[in-house]
Amino acid sequence: MTVDWSWMGDHTHDLTSLALSHLQAALLAVFFGLLISLPLAVVAHRVRALRGVLLGLSNVLFTIPSIAIFVLLLPVSGLTRTTTVIGLTVYTLVVLLRNTVEGLDSVPAKTKEAAKAMGTRPLRTLLTVELPLALPVIMAGVRIATVMSISLVSVATYIGDGGLGQLFTDGFQRNFPTPVIVGVVLTLLLALVADALLVAIQYVLTPWTRRRA
Amino acid sequence: MYELFKNLAKWLVSGDQWAGTDGIAHRIAEHLEYSLLATLIAAAIALPLGLLIGHTGKGAFLAINLSSFGRALPTVGLVVLVFLVSGLSLWSVYVALVVLAVPAIVTNTYAGMSAVDPEVKDAARGQGMRGHQVLFQVEIPLALPLIMTGLRLSLIQVVSTATIAAYVSFGGLGRYVFDGLAQRDLVQVLGGAALVAIVAVVLDLALAGLQRHLFRHRRTAAH
Repeated sequence: MTVDWSWMGDHTHDLTSLALSHLQAALLAVFFGLLISLPLAVVAHRVRALRGVLLGLSNVLFTIPSIAIFVLLLPVSGLTRTTTVIGLTVYTLVVLLRNTVEGLDSVPAKTKEAAKAMGTRPLRTLLTVELPLALPVIMAGVRIATVMSISLVSVATYIGDGGLGQLFTDGFQRNFPTPVIVGVVLTLLLALVADALLVAIQYVLTPWTRRRA
Repeated sequence: MYELFKNLAKWLVSGDQWAGTDGIAHRIAEHLEYSLLATLIAAAIALPLGLLIGHTGKGAFLAINLSSFGRALPTVGLVVLVFLVSGLSLWSVYVALVVLAVPAIVTNTYAGMSAVDPEVKDAARGQGMRGHQVLFQVEIPLALPLIMTGLRLSLIQVVSTATIAAYVSFGGLGRYVFDGLAQRDLVQVLGGAALVAIVAVVLDLALAGLQRHLFRHRRTAAH
């Protein structure tokens, strides 16, 4: 198995656009996942009765194979990017919801009481006290969701989307390993870089967690 | 849409569809064979590794990074790559599925082992237990819930990915998905996808039930 390096050189442009489209699908999914799971997590955190239902439901969705989710969405949204993004979003939900609820749970009750005693209203407490303190755990979920989405985008290649995943079909159909190897390596690189960037973002957003020298 | 679901229901319950080597029953059996065998092989590799890392505390770095590597690895690419390298044999499917399943089992086993209270282990040693006794009588039983979680996660992932076996010309439920896509037969595609989802959910529920069964004595003891 040898890599045909000249193929890479000839396809730099295609590879860049596939990688960008790949990244776009994954990031949109994490964005929508956060948009949906943040309010749900607050509800699950506050209302004990709904907690099990919401977490259980997201677990069931997670059990459904990704290819099945993409295919089952076909009658609804067709062979489009929308299908890819919805499918991936469903997958991010379980991780984001669980971590956000856990993050909110980890905020000490005394901290919340202190905020209350100082006259801070509940919504403000949530936005300025609870969510920031929960951020490390939430970010851990965002990192997992991002890495997972980036690896899953290629499954959408069967419904005509899938970014770098198209390299797998291409290599398979022509019995030519180079695009497949390049696709796998680029996907891993994207995941690695995205994860490192998220660590950096978290470092900037949570100055209080840095240990004093 | 209504028509589509009516046809889908008809497809799923029709007797002809279930019989023969192209039939649903046979495809489910194939799918289960790939999935269960791959998960078993993965468990045989990953469980000892996770237990060793957890017990000795060495190689934690490996265990933690293995999990993010496993999450980042694009499964489709892996299957296709192993297939192109190894040629037309089921080995490609098994190798890829095992590689996918190992990280989650190792990481969860390690996580379960490292969550065991060190004082409990010290107490066991203080009572005169030897290393392997501490491992088998204290650490493993306490780590079992997380170990089971790792096995369940891996099995779901493997069932889901075993669909790709059909893409590289083998059987299993993916057959319906890929044949349907090629023939522009949406009912068949949806039928295959629905069956994969059902198999995954049922297997997960079965393992969850097994887990509850294994721990029922602990729950009653706690009350």
